[in-house]
Formats: sequence, C-alpha cells, structure tokens
Amino acid sequence: MSVGAPRSLASSGQKPIAEILHPLSAAEEQLSVTVGGDKEAGLTNGTPVETSSPASTSSLLNRLQLDDDLEADIRDPYAEAAETRDLFVTVDDPKKHVSTMETYITYRVSTKTSRVEFDLPEYCVRRRYQDFDWLRIKLEDSQPTHLIPPLPEKFVMKGVVDRFSEDFVETRMKALDKFLKRVADHPVLSFNPHLNTFLTTKDLNKRQGLALLSKVGESVKHVAGGYKLRARPAEFGAMGEYLDTFNQKLGTIDRIAQRILKEQSEYLTELREYGTVYSSWAGSEDELRRPLEGVGGCVTTCCGALEDLGDGMSQDILPVLREYVLYIESMKSVLRKRDQSQAEYEGRLEAAVLRKQEDRTPMPLEVEKCQDKVECFNADLKADWERWQSNKRHDFKQLLTGMADKNINHYEKCQAAWESLITLLQDKQTEDKTSETN
Amino acid sequence: QPGAELSPRELSLRFLPMLCGVTAQMLEEGSTLLRRMEICVAEAEKRNGKNTVNMQETFTVYLVETRPMDAVAEGRNQAPDSLWRRYSEFELLRNYLLVTYPYIVVPPLPEKRAEFVWHKLSADNMDPDFVERRRVGLENFLLRVASHPVLSNDKILHHFLIEEHGWKEVVYETGFQAKADSRLRALSATFRVRNPDKRFMEMKHYSDELQSHTSQLLRARARVADRLYGVYKVHGNYGRVFSEWSAMEKEMGDGLQSAGHHMDAYAASIDDILEEEEHYADQLKEYLFYAEALRAVCRKHELTQFEFEMASQELVSKKQQHEELSTGIVRTFSFKGMTNKLFGQEAPEQREARLKLLEDLIAEGEEDVQEKTVECGEHVERAWVDMHRFKEQKDKDLREALINYAVMQISMCKKGIQMWSNAKECFLKM
Repeated sequence: MSVGAPRSLASSGQKPIAEILHPLSAAEEQLSVTVGGDKEAGLTNGTPVETSSPASTSSLLNRLQLDDDLEADIRDPYAEAAETRDLFVTVDDPKKHVSTMETYITYRVSTKTSRVEFDLPEYCVRRRYQDFDWLRIKLEDSQPTHLIPPLPEKFVMKGVVDRFSEDFVETRMKALDKFLKRVADHPVLSFNPHLNTFLTTKDLNKRQGLALLSKVGESVKHVAGGYKLRARPAEFGAMGEYLDTFNQKLGTIDRIAQRILKEQSEYLTELREYGTVYSSWAGSEDELRRPLEGVGGCVTTCCGALEDLGDGMSQDILPVLREYVLYIESMKSVLRKRDQSQAEYEGRLEAAVLRKQEDRTPMPLEVEKCQDKVECFNADLKADWERWQSNKRHDFKQLLTGMADKNINHYEKCQAAWESLITLLQDKQTEDKTSETN
Repeated sequence: QPGAELSPRELSLRFLPMLCGVTAQMLEEGSTLLRRMEICVAEAEKRNGKNTVNMQETFTVYLVETRPMDAVAEGRNQAPDSLWRRYSEFELLRNYLLVTYPYIVVPPLPEKRAEFVWHKLSADNMDPDFVERRRVGLENFLLRVASHPVLSNDKILHHFLIEEHGWKEVVYETGFQAKADSRLRALSATFRVRNPDKRFMEMKHYSDELQSHTSQLLRARARVADRLYGVYKVHGNYGRVFSEWSAMEKEMGDGLQSAGHHMDAYAASIDDILEEEEHYADQLKEYLFYAEALRAVCRKHELTQFEFEMASQELVSKKQQHEELSTGIVRTFSFKGMTNKLFGQEAPEQREARLKLLEDLIAEGEEDVQEKTVECGEHVERAWVDMHRFKEQKDKDLREALINYAVMQISMCKKGIQMWSNAKECFLKM
C-alpha cells in the first residue's frame, strides 16, 4: 500500500489525509510518528483526538476522498474491504453457565489480526451479552460522532421467549457476530481501545462498574444541552426522511413475511392431512397400493421441505429484518446528536456574537471548539452514512438472495421427490408390460 | 406466458386419454361403437325455454357430434352429424342403461351441481368453467359407453347419438321405468338376504371404501388448494412494497423493481396451476361416482339372490303344506292344523280341491324358482365379468391419473424455481 493513496482509511481526525499512514504500511514510520510526534492521547492510528487546527480542510479532503472512492469502486465495497482487512473477529460456540446467582450464556470471541495495536496475532475469550453491551456503551461515549452498530434486543420477556432455547441463542449469537464484525470493519471504531480490551482481556468484569457511570454522564450531557436547532442542512434532513420511510417499508416487509409464514403453516396442516388420505386409501387397494403410497410419501416429503422453509425464514430472515430496525434507530439517534451539537454551536455563537458587539472580546475558544465539533460530526456522519448505505445494500442483497435460495431449495426438494416417484411408477409399468407380453 | 391459451377442444383432447382411458388397443378389441364412429361433445350453449311446469328457465345444451370412422380414416373432411342434448337427456339415457343392464357397472355422468369447491371456484352451474368441465365430462361418458363391449350395442344409445327429436318418446316406449326395482324392495333385500355370493359382498364393501376414500381425498385436496392459493397471493404484496421501496433507492432501485415484478408473476401463476389440478379432481370424481355404480351391481345381486331365496322358500312351504294335507301328519304348527284338530277335518271334496290347488301352485313355484335361479345365475356371471373389466380399467385410469398428478406437481415446482431464480438474479444486481 502506497502512502499517497490510503483507501480503507477515512479519518475522523484533524490531520490532513496525506499525513496519516495506513496501519500496515512501514511500521517504523508508524512508530516514529507516535514516538516523535504529538504526545497527546490519541487513537492508535496516530490521529489525535482533539486539536486546535481547523478541521475544514482535512474533512473536506475526507469527503472528496470518499466520493472518489465511491466513484472508483463500482465493484462491491465489501470485496474491497475484504482485501485490506487485517482484523478478523468471530462470535460462536455458545455455552450455558450455571452459578448460584444466575444462569447465563457466554460466547466465544475469536480474533485474528496483524495489527500492531494487538500484542498477539490471535485471541480467544469468552463474553456474555452484558459485555457486548458494555462495549457498545463505551464506543458510543468515546466516538459520539460515529454510528455504532446496534445490538440485538437486550430484554426478553421471561415466559414469552425461552432465553436458553437453541433458536433464540443461535439468532442472538448471529446478531452479536454481525455487530462485532461491523465494528471491526469500521476504519475508526476498529481502532478504539475499548474494542481492543474487549477482544483481548480475559476477565472483563472489573470494567463493568464504569459502564453505569458513563451512561449517566451521557444523559446528563444531553439534558444540559437543550439548544434549539435553527436550520438543519438539507442533506441531513433527507437522511432523516429516508430513515423514516425505510423503517416503514421494513415494517411492511416484516408483516408480509409473517403473513406468508402463517399461510404456509396453515397450508402445511392441510397438506399433512391430505397425505394421510392417500396412505389410508392405499390400504384398500392392491394394484393401486404402490402408486397411492408413493403419492402419499411424496406429499409427506413436501411437508418436510415446507417445514424447513418456514424454519429457515423465521430463523434467518425475520431476525435480520428486525435487527435493521434497530440499526435505523441507532442512525436516527446519531442524527439527533448531530442536530444537538449544531444547535449548541449556533446557540453559543449567537451568545458570543451578542457579547462581542457589547465588549469587543475575540471569538471565544469554546465557540471555535463547537464549530470544529459540528464540522467533524458532519463529516463523520456523512462517511458513516455512506458506509451504512453500502452495508444496507450488501445486507439486503444477502438477505433477499438468501430468501430466494431457500424457496428454490424447497421446490428442488419437492421436484426431486415427485420425479423419483414417476421413475418408480414408470419402471413398474414397463415391468408389467414385458411380463404381459411374455 | 406459459404456453398459448388452449381452446376448450384442445384442452379436452389433451386430457381425453387420461379421462376415458380409451386406447388403440381397446378399439381393436371387440367391435365397439367407438371403432365405427367418432363421437364428441363439441360445444355448449345457453338456451331459454319453458320447463315442465311451464315456467321460463335458462339451461345449457351440448352439441353431440358424430362422424363415421371410415370417413375419418380416409381423411375425408366430412362435416359431422350433430344434435343438441340437455343434461337431463343424458340422465335419462343413463337411467335407461342402469335398468336395462343391471349387471354392468354403468359409467357415471359428471356431477349435476359443483361440489368440493374451493373458495375461488364458482358453485354456479352457469359458470363457464363449470360448463366447460361438464362438457368434457359428458363427452367422456359417451366415449366410455360407446367403447363398452355390451353397452355400445344398445339401440337407444345409437338413437341418442343420431336422432335429435322424438328420442325421449322412444326411450319411454321401452317401458324401462316399469322394470326399475323399487328402492324399498332393494333395501329390504340387502337386509334379509341369507346367502349372497361372497365375492359380491367383498366387492360391495370395496365400493364403500372407494367412495369414502375418493370423497375424503377430494375434500382434502380442495382445502389444500384453498391454502396454497393464499400462500401464493400474499407474495404479490412483496411486488408492491419492493416497487415502493425501489423508488427511494439509487443503486438498489432497478434490482428491487424487477424482483417485484417477478413476485407479482409468482403470485399470478397459481391460477393456472390450480385450474389444471381441477382436471385431476374431475378424474377422482368420476371414480367417486363409479363406486356408486359398482355398489348398484352388487345390490342387484342381493336382490336377485333374495328373490331366488324367497321363491325357494315359498316352494318349500307349499310342498310342506301339500305333504301335511295328503298324509295328515302335521310337522309344524299351523292354524289350519289347529282348527282341524279343534273343529274336525274338512270334507273330502274340499281337501281334494285344496290338494289340486297346491299342486298347481307347486308347479308354478318350481317354474318360478327355475326362472329366479337363471336370473340370479346370469346376473352373477355377467356382473362378474364386468366387475373384473371395471377393476382393470380403474387400476389403469387411476394409476395414470396419479402419474399425471405427479407431472403437474413437477411442473409447479419448475415454475416456482424459475420465478425465484429470476427474482434472485434481480436481487444479485441490487
């Protein structure tokens, strides 16, 4: 990777793009930057978190870079990311833990990486839902301008859903896996130190206490804001509208899918009964016994295939649809936060302008910081929006082709059953004919 | 579009071999009517007229066309002879055949009213789909009768096919209605017969099974069709929502839009699929009604056997009376005997007269028993032949029907795969 054209990196920081090195490029240069450069606390890729230099130029560059990326990469961005990926995470192997206090499920989180931020190339830890929740909160706090992928629903009504049933655990695990992969693929979030901790530390429990505190802090910050937004830039307004409409469409699709499942289940009930009639008729026939039993058997096979289709739909398709609703919610909440930060900036600016008119003091640093924050937020949000759109496209492509595949598979199974019956019956027919003529 | 629209004629030709199981082989065997004449029920038309109570009614008539087979064979494009017949005339013909040939399993007519309907199908007798399927069923009936080794030779049948007017009068003139067995008599025989032929009893039991299973199957199939219809149609909603969604998308738009169209096509495809399945249902229905005809033959046996038993019993009783009267020995209790004991025996001339009467009655009775024996025996013999013929026909027809059903299912699966593959291609382009 040449330094001049970093592709997967979209910086959220203030350093000009040209100065930011790709993590995999010349390790010495990377080290020299952190050693000789700013000693401020920063993200592990060397980008400082806060700086006083104006953000506009670099964020402009960021935007242009991304647009270039999009135009140049007409091929699947996922394939693109895959080529340059250097952090692989997987969530699997659910296990039940029974203790005196509680029963819960843990999952194995495996990491493979070549990044220098990690001491080892491989890690394997066990995590429970709480831990994922902790990570998400940490990410939201430390990266307020970014869209954090959603987690599956935290609370399930006991008695309604069995928290320990295979299906539930499987569905939840897939959603957690998705969450972690999305974080790991994010050019900024994946370098977050909390993620590092999550992936590497054996025992996460000590950190839990902090989660509560920071959650409280977050909400306090929002309430204290209370500024009113004047004019939302059109593009963010359009995003909001898109999300609302998309949410609606997803709801419709979910309802249709559920209706289909219901109709299919009723069809299945009748089909089973239908199959048994053939078998019972076969009992009173002699020549026709085999064909009738054969038809009955085929119908039974089709029932099995239909059952599989229904299971597939409710396990693989519906949960993903629902999870997207959560994703939309996350995105909307980020949009709201952006609005808030813009409102705050506008508010402070107005106050400062008034004061300036009165006693000619220079523009306070505070206001400048706010401005930076807004511009930074806008840039990050736009980058994340594009990523979200591209993820959405990929995810739905996968979802819908998966649905089509399941249906195709179902019909293939049924077709095979009927075809083998015809072969069987026609063989018998030629058998009979030859014995007749003999 | 899956194949061009088939005309009713073509559709019936397609299903004809399935429906009536008439093969070249059958045409060779025996000189049945069908060998000499091509028969078909070509069209159906609505007519208005007055019924028996002089009220206006609308009814359907069917065009029966015939053409000599040699004309067909020589390729002469001769116009067929034709006449119009109502359903009720077909019924009359069948009733005549039932009474005249009680030892034959008489082919059934298509149903009078639409039964085993599933929600979309109209239960209306005037519905064009119903009329069309009835037309096919009536043709099937004629072909079956005309290819039957016994029934095909019947004069009334020939008249039916050739003489439009005055046919009804000719049928009534045969006096067949008088020959019909009263229901009550037949029912009574079923309960009181002592030694029916075991084979016939088994066959009767089988006819009950056949009727029960075919009707169960038809009902279950109708329910399945109803549900399957629902499943397919709901998929049409995907078409709508994908279309709406595609309007909001940039890159995904085209793929979604096209996929939506395929979902619409998928939802629409069920109509043709279920229409085709109706022909399978018709084949099952034919055998549902055939079961009734088979049972009728068995009941006739019960009746002839019963009448033979009654006649024999009557004869035995008369002979016994004669013996008692001539020997004076009373073997069994009788009122005559009692009154004789109480009031003294009758005068010798009276006794002679009674003996003579009894002897005449015995002679008559013996003739009667002889007749009934022949009647019963002939029925058993002929019926057994036809029941055997029926069994072979049934096994062959239903087996073919089941194979064709499997073929239909395969076609449905292929269509489904096609539709979903098309949709998948669109999704991949998203």
